[in-house]
Amino acid sequence: MPEAVENKPAENVKTVMQVKGLARYFDVSPPLLNRILERLPKQILKAVDGIDFEITKGETFSLVGESGCGKSTVARLIVGLYRPSAGSIEFEGRDISGLSRAEMAPMRRRLQMIFQDPYASLNPRWRVRDIVAEPLRAFGLETTSSGIERRVGELLSYVKLAAADGEKYPHEFSGGQRQRISIARALASKPDFLVCDEPTSALDVSVQAQILNLMKDLQREFGLTYLFISHNLAVVSHVSDRVGVMYLGRLVEVAPASTLFRAPRHPYTRMLLDTIPDLSMSGRDRMPVSGEVPNPITPPSGCTFHPRCPFANDRCKREIPLPIETPHGSRVTCHGVEEGRVPEGPVIPNR
Amino acid sequence: MVEVPATQSRGPSASEPGLHSAPDPGARATGLWSRLRDSDVLYSFSRSPITITAAIVTALFILCAIFAPVVAPHNPFDMATIDLMDSSMPPAWMEGGDSRFLLGTDDQGRGILSTIIFGSRISLLIGFASVVLATVLGVGLGLLSGFVGGVVDAFIMRVAEIQLSFPVILTALLIDGVLRGVLQVEKSGELAYWILILSIGISNWVQFARTVRGSTMVERSKEYVQAAQVIGIRSSMIVLRHILPNVMGPVLVIATIQLAVAVLSEATLSFLGVGMPPTEPSLGTLIQIGNDYLFSGEWWMVIFPGSALAILVLAVNLLGDWLRDALNPRLR
Amino acid sequence: MVNPLLEVKNLRVEFPTRRGVLTAVDDVSLHINPGEVLGVVGESGAGKSMTGAAIIGLLEPPGQIAAGEILLEGRRIDNLPYEQMRRIRGREIGAIFQDPLTSLNPLYSVGQQLIETIQTHTEMTYAQARNRAVELLSEVGIPAPERRIDSYPHQFSGGMRQRVVIALALCVNPKLIIADEPTTALDVSIQAQIIALLKRLCREHGTAVMLVTHDMGVIAEAADRVAVMYSGRIAEIGPVRQVVQQPKHPYTVGLMGSIPIIDQGDERLTQIDGAMPRLTEIPSGCAFNPRCTQTIERCFTERPNLVQVGQSSVSCWHHDREKTDA
Repeated sequence: MPEAVENKPAENVKTVMQVKGLARYFDVSPPLLNRILERLPKQILKAVDGIDFEITKGETFSLVGESGCGKSTVARLIVGLYRPSAGSIEFEGRDISGLSRAEMAPMRRRLQMIFQDPYASLNPRWRVRDIVAEPLRAFGLETTSSGIERRVGELLSYVKLAAADGEKYPHEFSGGQRQRISIARALASKPDFLVCDEPTSALDVSVQAQILNLMKDLQREFGLTYLFISHNLAVVSHVSDRVGVMYLGRLVEVAPASTLFRAPRHPYTRMLLDTIPDLSMSGRDRMPVSGEVPNPITPPSGCTFHPRCPFANDRCKREIPLPIETPHGSRVTCHGVEEGRVPEGPVIPNR
Repeated sequence: MVEVPATQSRGPSASEPGLHSAPDPGARATGLWSRLRDSDVLYSFSRSPITITAAIVTALFILCAIFAPVVAPHNPFDMATIDLMDSSMPPAWMEGGDSRFLLGTDDQGRGILSTIIFGSRISLLIGFASVVLATVLGVGLGLLSGFVGGVVDAFIMRVAEIQLSFPVILTALLIDGVLRGVLQVEKSGELAYWILILSIGISNWVQFARTVRGSTMVERSKEYVQAAQVIGIRSSMIVLRHILPNVMGPVLVIATIQLAVAVLSEATLSFLGVGMPPTEPSLGTLIQIGNDYLFSGEWWMVIFPGSALAILVLAVNLLGDWLRDALNPRLR
Repeated sequence: MVNPLLEVKNLRVEFPTRRGVLTAVDDVSLHINPGEVLGVVGESGAGKSMTGAAIIGLLEPPGQIAAGEILLEGRRIDNLPYEQMRRIRGREIGAIFQDPLTSLNPLYSVGQQLIETIQTHTEMTYAQARNRAVELLSEVGIPAPERRIDSYPHQFSGGMRQRVVIALALCVNPKLIIADEPTTALDVSIQAQIIALLKRLCREHGTAVMLVTHDMGVIAEAADRVAVMYSGRIAEIGPVRQVVQQPKHPYTVGLMGSIPIIDQGDERLTQIDGAMPRLTEIPSGCAFNPRCTQTIERCFTERPNLVQVGQSSVSCWHHDREKTDA
């Protein structure tokens, strides 16, 4: 990763991450003995069930969805915390999903992650300097103690903390400061690609603004590419270049952020957008949202959204929809959109 | 939003030299110290007179044990100083007592006070050593069980449950018997220390293992462990450097309480005649010897060692209880 | 002018610790009119939940009300004995908490819990109470209530559980409901449903609500008036439209600016540097002074009082001065 300032290359559009048919199943069956005694079938949770997307260098691609949609599992698949059950993850043209530990090592350096809970993501028994230095030591990037000290100070200054803060323990910091430490650790190995799993959802809103601004500055300064995971649509709309909407392990819509938020196509996207509280207090009536996310172990047949969808018909119940490209540059997985049953046009009036 | 409980272990993969960091030796010690201060442990100590008393009593026992040759009026193991003429003397304040022997003498003419001091030394030594053994065994197996999970976990926990279904003392007796049989040392007391330490240590690991397994499973699902995995730290290093320091709090508590249990176990084994020989008596051996003379009126031979044992175990137990409360954030 | 349903006067909640007394709620005064929804918003540690807990007498020891009065329909309720307060909690003030599981007993079916509560506070027979319970469940939008009434809390999803809790809070027609982060644990699509439901039911039953939350969006959707809290004090209180669209206190201004809004474009969010001080380190004068960009000398020495500015009341020397100057 270049240290120097690097602006987003406008003409040089390069795909850094290509995910194809990615799936991850979890066996959530009860223990073998119970299963035999109670004659229960094996239970498979399809946390991620065949998704495709690609991320361009220097952009922020967001995955958004409600709990249980599989967005955090995608994050963990990409950094190698889980192995995929099917599909491939290509990082700069190389499939990293089946790499051995040794082959993965140079990839790990370039692919780092920021976690959701700033209280759980820092080891409470470690000094901040050791937390930030862990990747330096692990990847052998700095070998002398003076080199490590200098680099840790530098990393802490990137996230607006003092070098002297390195001597403290995590519990001496507030939630926002801890998240800064977490970011400093992620930056330590000079990565190109950061997976951010709900990095601000545990923070207060004024602190969230600090972290989002900081992440934006760092992206510009170091030419980082972000995969941003969140359930908060307003945050997603603020940070993203492109957005993928997930529902029960599948991508229902992928589109440039401006298109997605102005002209959402998939009924689920439109429903999600409609749930955002309206701070302008225009008093608009919101589309009545019905139903809840079904149990992902026993998802509905066909299009998994059909029980909640106002436009569903028999075909939606039977047939799993395939993604189709729309003229607006979005990719939608919906029979209704394909057949023109779902009306076009913005859901949210212009503000 | 963790959507799937992270119970799947990413099994150990090929070793990868040079890709883990060197531990920082200073970090943990200072870390523990600053946490002790922060967790109000010292404060709660200073506010509990019972705990202070218990700590003083325990400290006295330990100091006497360490400096037994200096503290004790006689050396009960030095045959040259023992006179059979002094045998079975009552405490000094009673008729027929001798000011040389404050608490009287036993059947071989050894001063009871001196034998208690030397006996506590042996009891505490075996107690500490067996707790260390149980801690190492239990923490190790607990970490393995909790971190690796799956079949390994199931196997270790089933063994633990089977062992738990027998009384600790029975397990200790069994191991003691097997060891004595294997080592062919019924007659010699030389290996008695080691046999006792092994049998008590092995019979007490389960407590540690179960607690550590539980804490390990909690810790391993935390994001700091995932952060280390993303960096590519080897599982063994994650367990030792990240998880171990975070599960040691409860271990300290159990170790304290297990010290009392171990001292009692040793006393029981010795009382039953499979512990320390009369030539090197522990508190249990002293009680066993004294027990034979209880009905002939020489009560001091059993009452004093018995009281010493009771006071020691009580003090250690009280310390352990306090430590458990002081380190438990929910009770504070 | 209607008489307020609930009046809180100069409430102060303290936590005595060995390192000194921590003041979690400091001189808070507010009132709620009958049928009104008062939002109490603030970041973690602002004292908003503590204010709610003090009103229903559920402060966790060692927390205690150190000063001030709480009046329900003109009657003091902050110094009542436990048993009397418990009766008020059941009949006159209902509560909804963030985690529905803490409000429901896992060992009893939701029907049993509803019926028991109804029977404790009314003269209804079992059959009448059961009918009322079914009615309530259907009112809060639980499908097939005749069947679901015998289900246990764990058989409901999070959103459905929160609906049951709302039914439980409403079943004896209390005059006031304290809802502490009622939607925080829920998914966004469910959040909107629950807020809409709470709003509709309270309008229908004429119940006043004190809605405690960190989410300005929820407040904007549901509240009539809002109190913005900071470091245990009220920074600004006023009609929700005023506070949201024309915030006066520098903290509220910063808070509103830091909320990302869709279609806002690529610009940076307004950010308030720093973090809310810990209870042990609240600065003298105005508690917001370390993060404020427009401090004057007085901000560091003297604590500002709430002064009327337009329709809102604001505790800020900046506004106090403007007012006196004018």
